[in-house]
Amino acid sequence: MDYLAQYLPILIFLFIAAGLSAAFVFLPMGVSRLTGAHNPDTEKLSEYECGFPAFEEPRSQFDVRFYLVAILFIIFDLEAAFLFPWAVSLDLTGWPGWITMMIFLGELIVGFAYAWKVGALEWE
Amino acid sequence: MTEFFQSLGLTYEAAWAFATLSGILLIALPLMLAVAMIIYVDRKVWAAINLRRGPNVVGPFGLLQSFADGLKVFLQETIIPSAANKGIFILAPIVTFTVALAAWAVIPFDAGVVLADINVGLLYILAISSLSVYGVVMSGWASNSKYPFFSAMRAAAQMISYEVSIGFILICVVLWAGSFNLTEIVNAQRGHGFGLVNGYVFNLLLFPMWVVFFISSLAETQRVPFDLTEAESELVAGYQTEYSSMSFALFWLGEYANILLMCSLNTLLFFGGWLPPLDVDLIPWFDIPGIVWFLLKTFFFFFMFSWVMATVPRYRYDQLMRLGWKVFLPLSLLFVVVISGWLMVTRYGA
Repeated sequence: MDYLAQYLPILIFLFIAAGLSAAFVFLPMGVSRLTGAHNPDTEKLSEYECGFPAFEEPRSQFDVRFYLVAILFIIFDLEAAFLFPWAVSLDLTGWPGWITMMIFLGELIVGFAYAWKVGALEWE
Repeated sequence: MTEFFQSLGLTYEAAWAFATLSGILLIALPLMLAVAMIIYVDRKVWAAINLRRGPNVVGPFGLLQSFADGLKVFLQETIIPSAANKGIFILAPIVTFTVALAAWAVIPFDAGVVLADINVGLLYILAISSLSVYGVVMSGWASNSKYPFFSAMRAAAQMISYEVSIGFILICVVLWAGSFNLTEIVNAQRGHGFGLVNGYVFNLLLFPMWVVFFISSLAETQRVPFDLTEAESELVAGYQTEYSSMSFALFWLGEYANILLMCSLNTLLFFGGWLPPLDVDLIPWFDIPGIVWFLLKTFFFFFMFSWVMATVPRYRYDQLMRLGWKVFLPLSLLFVVVISGWLMVTRYGA
């Protein structure tokens, strides 16, 4: 009950925010049909390009480094997820907890240094 | 607020529901108003720094400019490109704006003035703000057009890169405050600097982290000098290129709501939230309501955001990624080690 009372407002807020944004998206569609502003044609509905039809498929190949960044992000975000509970329980775990986490961080720093050395962080 | 509705003769459940609903409306509606006005402030500040006048036609001093713009986009036609994935295309601005609003549920505006005083408030903000990357990726993918696609790729990589160092900086603050609850974090800052000034920024170990956090919040909200996703000389209008009407405006509103959120996080985590700057009662600081201090500090940070925007040129993408991964990440990681070690020695060690 306690948790429900704490988190239920957030859930209601989420629904109200979603409803509000949906209204903002769908109301103008209706309004533009009523006012006559809604007047699509093929040129208007074609994808944006500088005044000519697009040459190539837009979802073409992209740089593999975006993928690398995503992989590295997962590693470091997981690491942060381990650090969060440790950060608020430092008074309970004491020195053993601190030293354990430093060893864990040290291992990750080795991995980070390796990624740095092989050039996974290079963009040019 | 529940007590107030109960005093009107309602049962506890009904009073709670009314209090929650009015609380939500009291956050969401002023927030949207604030976003409209802050866009105007932004334009006025750039104009003043560029020695221009800025918007000054609609209403006194141009104060109604944002509302005129809003009305204009509201009456415009919504164009959905024929090549687009229509469902995702429509959903993207909804996701962006919903997420931007929902993060405000745990922000305390004053002592006790918060919609949901959960014990992991900071974690909730981190979780919700990382969801905002979905709106960007969805819009870029669903547009099925070259420039939005590239822009969404860049934006996603940029946002997740800086989120890593933001996570570590938050850990530094949490270590010092010993809690994820934003109210407790603010209370822990009372008299923190020499027993005199309120705020973690006056802590020698946390001050560098504030500098990194401020720059990271610029990057996280894609403001100048990190606005590569909207670099108009190369990517037209970024992932919003194919959008029109209110769907386009929702990206703007969401972006500015996120900027305000980052400003208020700067205030709450490093500048003592609703507390007055000095912890002395000689001057009647504490008679001024806390929400006034909170809004003043948040506004000050927004002014700094605009100031940076008007004065700093745009970064290159490789410089941006180098700063995020090779400077901020090792630095914030080092400070997690140093701060936790310092706390072990001075506070928890015995």
